[in-house]
Amino acid sequence: MARKIPKIVCALFGVTLFVLFFSQHPSAKSLNLAILNEYFQIIFAFTLLVGVVSFVKINLKGVERGEDRPYRIVSILGVFVVPLLALIWGIKGDSPFMWVFENIQVPMQATVFALLAFFVASASFRGFRARSVQATILLVAALIMLISRSSIGDVIADEIPQVADWVRSYPSMSARRAILIGIGLGSLTTSLRVIIGIERTWLGGDK
Amino acid sequence: MALSLACCIFIPAVAWFEISKLPVLIFAVISIIIVLYTTFHKKSREKFKVREIAGLKAVENAIGRATEMALPILYTPGWGGDIQRPTTIASLNILSHVAEKTAQYNCDLIFPTHDPVIMSVAQEVVRESYARAGFVDRFKEDDIRYVTSSQFGYAAAVEGLITRLKPASIFLLGTFEAESLILAETGNIAGSIQIAGTDSTIQLSFFIVACDYTLIGEELFAASGYLSGDKSILASIRAQDILKIIIIILIIAAVIWVSFDPAADWWVF
Repeated sequence: MARKIPKIVCALFGVTLFVLFFSQHPSAKSLNLAILNEYFQIIFAFTLLVGVVSFVKINLKGVERGEDRPYRIVSILGVFVVPLLALIWGIKGDSPFMWVFENIQVPMQATVFALLAFFVASASFRGFRARSVQATILLVAALIMLISRSSIGDVIADEIPQVADWVRSYPSMSARRAILIGIGLGSLTTSLRVIIGIERTWLGGDK
Repeated sequence: MALSLACCIFIPAVAWFEISKLPVLIFAVISIIIVLYTTFHKKSREKFKVREIAGLKAVENAIGRATEMALPILYTPGWGGDIQRPTTIASLNILSHVAEKTAQYNCDLIFPTHDPVIMSVAQEVVRESYARAGFVDRFKEDDIRYVTSSQFGYAAAVEGLITRLKPASIFLLGTFEAESLILAETGNIAGSIQIAGTDSTIQLSFFIVACDYTLIGEELFAASGYLSGDKSILASIRAQDILKIIIIILIIAAVIWVSFDPAADWWVF
């Protein structure tokens, strides 16, 4: 029974959402919105609580064991202090919450994002080594693309930007679309397997 | 719900069916019929050959390596998806298989995620896999953990885990965005064997460069049947091939059609 009820709920909502997709009637649209936004937000709110409890529990255990103690203390403080700031002073432009967001969270996120530049360089260095015919073709295509996107592209030859556009519009786009068709069909069959109940892994398996 | 019923009664002028979506409905119904037919028809379920997928074949080796090195395995479904996404479901299917093996080999499996719903489902999937393997006592709930919903906060948290734990094997399977290369390169620096797969064509190129094995597009969705050997699931992979043939025929027909009638666009929907 514990498995049957989720399977029935899943099938019911799967079929309902499929049917609602083809309707423009206001009642169908509002029901669609209710299922996708409101119901999901309620489920999310409950599981977020479980997630935060798990986060605090893991970090408290880490503090007790003395593993990365300063970082874990900062993490736990963040979980409790930031919502408190928002509750007491609100989230308007000059509030302490916004100060923390703009002066701590945003720069930290930007720092991690900036790491991408170095990782792109190191990954490109490995990926563009001409070890085989395919790798050489990739290297040549990448070089054309890099030159065409820099200011010297037009200076060297007018054809370089045209060749780059051709590479992007034809070989690259056709390969991308082929992958997308495969992903679309894979998504379709996976969704159907879940709706009709032959895919039960999300419930924990067969037992 | 009351509002919905009121709309039904007082706004009858709006059509229930959006006629512009008719081609989508026709293709969807054809697809559903083919999938259901191949899944439940006896002859379709007979054994057939599925080509070898290197990334999935390497799963066992990756787990074996972690066991031999006494290091954990890190598995993450990426920041881009939620539980409603088929890619996340496909990733959880692979997680189930990986967890069963880690239970048998007594190897730690760390699963950091950005979504508490995914965390709850993954805990259930892993717990059941450990139970199926007969080692439920080896299951550690804290290893399936929520880190943060912020994209680069998640990237930093997983990057930190990789740097500190130096996992022997890393599975990056799910929906990834800009964090894909940060994680894959960190794993590469840590010397881990990396198996990746995503439905994002932009991130696929990063995975191909930085990871040892990459599941491209539909391979990620075929993994469940490939790894479990379940006949019904394998039969639905056959449906994908039939649908692909139909799409190829439609593309060829459209190319011939547009060669004679450049203004035609009946295939656009």
